[in-house]
Amino acid sequence: MSQVRDKERYNWPITILLFIGCLTIFFPLYMAVVIAFKQPSEMTNDIAGALSLPAQWSLSNFQEAMRVTDFWNSLGNSLLITVSTVVLAVVIHGIAGYAIGRSMKNSKFYSFAFLYIVSGMFVPFAILMMPLVKQTAQMGIANHFGVIVLYTVFYMPLNLMLYKGYLANIPIALEEAARVDGASTWRTYWSILFPIMKPMHATVAVLTAMSTWNDVMTPLVIMSGTGKNTLPLAQLNFQTQFGTNYNLAFASYLLALIPILLFYIICQKQILNGVVNGAVK
Amino acid sequence: MKSKGAQERKRTFLLISIPVIALFFCFNTLPLIKGFIYSFTNFKGYGSYEWVGLRNYIDLFQDARVGKSYLFTFKYAIVGTILTNIISLVLALGLNSKIRCKSALRGIYFIPNVLGGLVIGYIFSFIFTYVLPTVAQNLGIEALSSSMLSSTGKAWIAIVIVGCWQAIAMNTIIYISGLQTVPEDVYEAGSLDGVTGWKKFRYLTMPLIIPFFSTNMVLSMKNFLMVFDQIMALTKGGPSQSTESISYLIYNNGMSGGQFGFQSANAFLFFVVIVAVSVFQMTVTNKKEEQL
Repeated sequence: MSQVRDKERYNWPITILLFIGCLTIFFPLYMAVVIAFKQPSEMTNDIAGALSLPAQWSLSNFQEAMRVTDFWNSLGNSLLITVSTVVLAVVIHGIAGYAIGRSMKNSKFYSFAFLYIVSGMFVPFAILMMPLVKQTAQMGIANHFGVIVLYTVFYMPLNLMLYKGYLANIPIALEEAARVDGASTWRTYWSILFPIMKPMHATVAVLTAMSTWNDVMTPLVIMSGTGKNTLPLAQLNFQTQFGTNYNLAFASYLLALIPILLFYIICQKQILNGVVNGAVK
Repeated sequence: MKSKGAQERKRTFLLISIPVIALFFCFNTLPLIKGFIYSFTNFKGYGSYEWVGLRNYIDLFQDARVGKSYLFTFKYAIVGTILTNIISLVLALGLNSKIRCKSALRGIYFIPNVLGGLVIGYIFSFIFTYVLPTVAQNLGIEALSSSMLSSTGKAWIAIVIVGCWQAIAMNTIIYISGLQTVPEDVYEAGSLDGVTGWKKFRYLTMPLIIPFFSTNMVLSMKNFLMVFDQIMALTKGGPSQSTESISYLIYNNGMSGGQFGFQSANAFLFFVVIVAVSVFQMTVTNKKEEQL
């Protein structure tokens, strides 16, 4: 009896509507998959040309796309940039959040520093773009390294705010106890606070990684002279080479989407938590 | 002893903060100042340049192309923000009700957010250019039988669709987390008074999730105003400059069009506009929150 009642409590009409709604998400992805596996000769001018299943599931488009877009190098660049940015964000923004957050209460200097950095959130990249191209070129960092430095600066306002907010709930008594035991502030941070801040590190890492991985504009303007690509940038730069070979193009798009999709499927819970934490605070 | 410890702490904090602030200044404030200075010159991006005073700012307000890009960007951002927030609120209410496969569905609806705007733009570009017109021709819908992207009147709608497709994912998750903060007994008390349906949403749910509503409004408006990837993938500003967003115009004409100085002025104006819009939105929603 009670089992039946439990089942009845599900709202089936809404469940069904939501499943139907998923089609809007899966349709473009489905289309990308079937086109990526087809041969150009199968691309007829009717709807079946775009949406029917391929006659043969062959990986040849993917091999060709990897060759044309220099996939492994682009993937390597994207990974290098994203991983370095995330590590720098967790290390630098974390300790900056600690130093600034802990001193704000009784220091005007730190309160000002905090507001100064956080207000950077409103500065659109469009205004920094042109001067930064000149500046990075003059400093000789118009390359991956420059992009990593820039990301570390661009995500500082949000991450600093997140770390500061998180630290506000960690009692200062812990640090004082460590200090009485003779530990330096530096050591106290790394051995006591850094591990405690783990949930916030996860949030910061997820947010930073996703924005970095998908960003096009920064590498587009900064790295354009190096001939190197990130994964999204490769799609932009090889657009003309794809020409009207949509099968090749879609194979390449899929290759660009797969790493982040895998990451999402594996860390879905952390990603959703991270995004909510980041946005709501 | 104690003061020695406090001093060490102070010194360490300074040693940490100063390089960080310097780094931030060097790559955020410094370029901002430089951009502001360039905005008073006729710098082309190369060669020599002269001071032109406020010339660029005066020209900005008379430049038809700049005006058009502001109109397009705001039209896009306002329509996009409204659509995104309505749809994601409805979706969030659905995803927060008693449904089967709740977490799987939530996971699926978030997928668009993790995918990059540029690649998604390319995929949708194919849909608008080939799939949609073919479907429309078969159904005999005249208005959609040619590509939306090549029509000056309709291209912006296509960009709104792609922008919303991605933005809804994020806003829905935020609304869901908002809905979860509404305590169950509020609804129980409401149902005793016979409050259901729209009234329940309007008078019980909505007031309690206003903070999340304002977060979403500010967030999506800001993101929509800065649109770049979708434009790059779908239209490159065309047809006949009808979908040139401000960011795209600054990038295109400032970086390669020899308008470094002029577009710096445009960028600075854009910065002021973004701050003004965000401040305006926050004061409005703060007032709303106080009223409730």
